[in-house]
Amino acid sequence: MTTLSDPPRESFRLSMLINDTRYRSYTFQFIALLAVIALFAYLGSNLMQNLRDAGLNISYEFLGEPSGYDINQTLIEYDSRSSHWRASVAGILNTLLVAFLGCITATVLGVVVGVLRLSKNWLVRKLMAGYVEAFRNVPVLIWIIIIFTVMTAVLPAPSAFRGDDPARTMFLDAVAFTNRGVYVPKPVWLEGSGIVVGVFIASVIGMFAYRRYATKLLYDTGKLLPMGWPSLVILIVPTLLIFFILGRPIALDYPALKGFNFQGGIQIRGSLIALWFALAIYTGAFIAENVRAGILAVSKGQTEAAASLGLRPGRIMNLVILPQALRVIIPPVISQYLNLTKNSSLAIAVGYMDITGTLGGITLNQTGRAIETVLLLMLFYLAISLAISGVMNVYNNSVKLKER
Amino acid sequence: MKKSVFLGALTVAGIAAGAAAAGTLDDVKARGTLNCGVTTGLVGFAAPDANGEWEGFDVGVCRAVAAAVLGDGSAVEFVPTTGKTRFTALASGEIDMLARNTTWTFSRDVDLKFEFTGINYYDGQGFIVPKALGVSSAKELSGATICIQTGTTTELNLADYFRANNMDYEPVPIETNAEGQQQYLAGACDVYTTDRSGLAATRAAFENPGDHVILPETISKEPLGPLVRHGDNEWGDVVRWTLNALIAAEEYGVTSANIADMASAPGDKPEVNRLLGTEGNLGEMLGLDADWAVRAISVGGNYGELFEKNIGENTPIGLSRGLNAQWTDGGLLYSPPFR
Repeated sequence: MTTLSDPPRESFRLSMLINDTRYRSYTFQFIALLAVIALFAYLGSNLMQNLRDAGLNISYEFLGEPSGYDINQTLIEYDSRSSHWRASVAGILNTLLVAFLGCITATVLGVVVGVLRLSKNWLVRKLMAGYVEAFRNVPVLIWIIIIFTVMTAVLPAPSAFRGDDPARTMFLDAVAFTNRGVYVPKPVWLEGSGIVVGVFIASVIGMFAYRRYATKLLYDTGKLLPMGWPSLVILIVPTLLIFFILGRPIALDYPALKGFNFQGGIQIRGSLIALWFALAIYTGAFIAENVRAGILAVSKGQTEAAASLGLRPGRIMNLVILPQALRVIIPPVISQYLNLTKNSSLAIAVGYMDITGTLGGITLNQTGRAIETVLLLMLFYLAISLAISGVMNVYNNSVKLKER
Repeated sequence: MKKSVFLGALTVAGIAAGAAAAGTLDDVKARGTLNCGVTTGLVGFAAPDANGEWEGFDVGVCRAVAAAVLGDGSAVEFVPTTGKTRFTALASGEIDMLARNTTWTFSRDVDLKFEFTGINYYDGQGFIVPKALGVSSAKELSGATICIQTGTTTELNLADYFRANNMDYEPVPIETNAEGQQQYLAGACDVYTTDRSGLAATRAAFENPGDHVILPETISKEPLGPLVRHGDNEWGDVVRWTLNALIAAEEYGVTSANIADMASAPGDKPEVNRLLGTEGNLGEMLGLDADWAVRAISVGGNYGELFEKNIGENTPIGLSRGLNAQWTDGGLLYSPPFR
């Protein structure tokens, strides 16, 4: 009970690995690690052994051989003589396309619905709650199929547009809604169109420069410049002027019924629309809940303080609440983006040729290389998910609370 | 986590395949039922009837094998497979045999390690179009939208045919025949393509079959037959010779009506006697008993009877024998001799 001297320093003994609390946890961790490694080694060798017994081998040579099948929607040059690898790339691009469109739409939808769910208007609030609950609680595959089936059943076949007195006519003579998809006019870039595009980009930059200048002027001198209409003028007028001066270098290629189908224009296929909308409204419902949670996480005092400074409700939301709420909103939204991208693999339900449809579907079937293609698919989805979360984390870091 | 689950699943599949590779015949006998892979529903070939009983031409082959091996044509567990899942199901041992209008091709036989045990239907790929389209030849289909079952040889034939004829088309991949039918009838595609027998079967299910016409062109050879896993020759022999017994029975005039008579005592045709087990010991060589072929033929009749009952000219599907007639009638059906 008096003075404690340091205990004599013992030399390390083997039994201390079990008896000494300083080392015990290391011992167990090491044992667990060995067990995990052994398990994986066993599974791996078992797999290889069974493959050998079945006379199969892991080989990726099939990727270089001609695929032999056609894909309806390709963003790159592709035909049935192209290799399986090129078919995979076409599939990857289709996946990325629907994921990109889906994420943008889901975000817009989610933010709007999330904010409106907190509206003081009873009807709006309840409608939005209805949307969230309906879409969040029904599997996305069902939504994909419902939208696709409804489109196929409700919209007319292209043949309805045929004849002198057709049953259906094109919307504004430019857009045709058919059960094969929506045909819209395609811009044709003639000579001089580059200049128009250049001017437009310059106008956008000019508009932002003006707004920044106006804000700076406001902060420095308190002089308030009008924001709305000058921005619009800067954005539109120069582009329109140059467009007409150069003699309309951007024309439109309208779809027209020729033979079996509409030709010309851009065809947005029914499968893409169904998949895109279904993913967007489904994921949008989840994002709406994330947004609502984020907004509610900002203390009510912030709103009251902003209101007492005389800010209007719209500005309170934009300037005070949302910037703080974003810190709470973004991390769960990242995982919603990942979910959407992975859910896009349900594309085959409506015949949309994504990576699961090309590499994981037809290529797998025609070559019979199931393990190879599935491994490749896993690798792809892993890479794309990590890339999305990487980009989103950079954004998250830029908005999160800076601790000084 | 994901990786471990995947590897685990692979291992399980691997173990299952390994276990199933040894002696399917013994497995089936021990289990008491035959697991037979069929389509998810193609009227005439394999589809459940109003009572949920599977019936059809391919189903008949399954039942014949079950009767030969187990003595009971109803001891079959039918496993519906899609064009995509069928080979995995067979390779993993989930099913003992696949009788699902599957085309015998080199790569499926050699590369995928399967064994085709014969051909029960000589088919070819064709096109069906609505009459209103006014098309009379496949050569006029340039620019058409074509519904096609994904994961089948038809997909490759279609690409080859249109490339060879320098035409373009828009493929609409679909997963099952029912889905293809729905898309086609809604006008989401101008043309539906699959094997001609399948087209006839599909058209028979339409409300107005007369409004649709099957184009005259046959763009591929599609020999359809049952298949088993490579490397289990005893089991392969059982399936092969059961099919041959059905074909030979028709050739020799053995039908479900007269088989009881013919099998009761040796007749004056040695080959029939050997087939029906009243002479020789063919059944024993196969690892079965002497009556195996009698049971196989009794359950649904011989090849001709199965054909007439399920897909023949008096059924809604209305296929004529054509290439599928006996060699003695100018067809391609030719069973090796039973001796």
